[in-house]
Amino acid sequence: MDRRLQYILFAVWVLALASTPFWASNYIVRLAVVVAMYSALTLSWNFIGGFAGYPSFSTAAFFGLGCYAGALAQRAGIPMVLAWGVATLATGAFAAALGAIILRLRGHYFAIGSIAVVEVVRLVISSWGSLTGGGDGLNLPLLSGGPNAVARIFLIVMVTLMIVTFLITVYVDRSRLGFGLRCIQQNEDAANMAGVNITLYKVIAYTLSALFCGTVGAAYASWTGYIDPTDSFSIIMTVKVPVMCLLGGPGTVLGPVIGTAAFTLLEEVFWANFLDYNRAILGAVIVILIFFLPGGLLAISYRGLGARLFGRRKAAA
Amino acid sequence: MNAMGQLQTLVNGIVLGTLYACLAVGFSLVWGVLNIVNMLHGSLIVLGGYITYFAWHSYGIHPLLALPAVALLMYALGYVVQLLVINKVVHQPVLVTMTLTFGLDLILYNFMTVYYTATPRRVTLDLGATVIGGIAIPFDRMLGMVLALVLTGLLYVVMRRSRVGRAIVAVRMDSAAAALMGIKVNRIYAITFGIGALMAGVTGVIFAMVYPVTTNLTGIYLGKAFVICVIGGLGSVQGALVGGIVLGIIESFAGQFFGPQHAITVGFLLMLVLLVVKPTGLTGIKGYE
Repeated sequence: MDRRLQYILFAVWVLALASTPFWASNYIVRLAVVVAMYSALTLSWNFIGGFAGYPSFSTAAFFGLGCYAGALAQRAGIPMVLAWGVATLATGAFAAALGAIILRLRGHYFAIGSIAVVEVVRLVISSWGSLTGGGDGLNLPLLSGGPNAVARIFLIVMVTLMIVTFLITVYVDRSRLGFGLRCIQQNEDAANMAGVNITLYKVIAYTLSALFCGTVGAAYASWTGYIDPTDSFSIIMTVKVPVMCLLGGPGTVLGPVIGTAAFTLLEEVFWANFLDYNRAILGAVIVILIFFLPGGLLAISYRGLGARLFGRRKAAA
Repeated sequence: MNAMGQLQTLVNGIVLGTLYACLAVGFSLVWGVLNIVNMLHGSLIVLGGYITYFAWHSYGIHPLLALPAVALLMYALGYVVQLLVINKVVHQPVLVTMTLTFGLDLILYNFMTVYYTATPRRVTLDLGATVIGGIAIPFDRMLGMVLALVLTGLLYVVMRRSRVGRAIVAVRMDSAAAALMGIKVNRIYAITFGIGALMAGVTGVIFAMVYPVTTNLTGIYLGKAFVICVIGGLGSVQGALVGGIVLGIIESFAGQFFGPQHAITVGFLLMLVLLVVKPTGLTGIKGYE
């Protein structure tokens, strides 16, 4: 899909999400917050998973760290928005340090290492009871004004975060960095030989993939007012985010946003009808995605599809 | 702690370690030969456990009698899943294969939770315990350990001596060359995955006699398999045995010194360190990316 069209679609989508309070029910507004939040996470994952092609499953570790860093900062008396900043920096620093170590691994080893990070951070947080409240979790002051007004505030916050990650994606996509990351994705050794500073590029991509997960996590903690280790470091989230990105089209600018929207839509439709089977539905989406949509929704040739539907085969060729 | 206590912890660790070896050997084989991280492994173990539990609870079938049936059933399941589903993407990047097996795991997990619920169940054989030289060894664990060793040993013999075993090893070394020698690689993949599922199933049978059976444990079993593979190296029976016993002993002592809730953390940390320092595992058999 043409880049300019992707930008236009994104702008339309932002307007649609941001305007939900004016035309939709409170349920839809809440859903819009979740969509914007996951879009920011998926766009973040896209840096390492999409552009660089590294199978990172550590999103939940960054999100959870963001939750806790933000919550602890807020409890230490730092104002809310500043606390989010603290969480962002803390998560980014953690990812940069971690990335320098585990990005030396490739393939399955990297994937497993990145999952282990989620588990280790979760176990450390839940056993460090004196600081983090352990399994009991932490409470945060709720914003005043009732849940609906609060949802509106966080809608603005999450949409802003989504826009920021999108703008960075656009920048990376057009810059040297994006080019280098694509080289790494295709053939890391060749990229290295051709003079791409692969270690630096990978660490930057990994840090970018974590930075805004931290902010989103901290904002999420302030939104819900309560966090605990199981909720913050969910293994489902760590897989859902890559799946959303794969669904839309990894390594593209708009793919993560489309994937998140499509996935949430599917989830809503099925969730309402088959409450007990939400994990199986996620599983089925994965299987269908891998067999029938290998490049994601953006990779489908819509012109060819339309031509096939209407029997104009010549137009497709 | 006195010497006797240390020895008891060591023996506990070794017993645990043999069970772990049995848990990881199928996972390690699939990873080594197919180059696939089988996220289904934990759920397959629990599925084996459920079959054993219901055979015992509803029909009074002894777990030892259920074992061959579970083995056959799981082999068939693994064979079919590999042939029809995973073989289609077996050469794709890690992200694809891993996500796919995770998707299959979610489906299996969900159906198990809905049909069996997560209530822990256990096959209680009440075999008692024996004390050898001041060290207590419960008989059910002893039985589990013997079974685990026998089955792991059996797999070793199959891999070494049988035609299929040699074919699997050939495919592991170089699948393209193996195909040129007339080995049907896709069939070998299916057989290997079948064996992986079989080993998971029999591990489930053994664990059902020792631990509670519940879907809550699938992730933990899978995590252990990761750790053991990284410690021992990939795709070899010896590697899984070494990795299993090392992890068993480490967890046993870590539980003693830091409390049982930290035993898992220690295992994972060890894995992360080993991944970075020595990704081929302690046995030094070269791993495949």
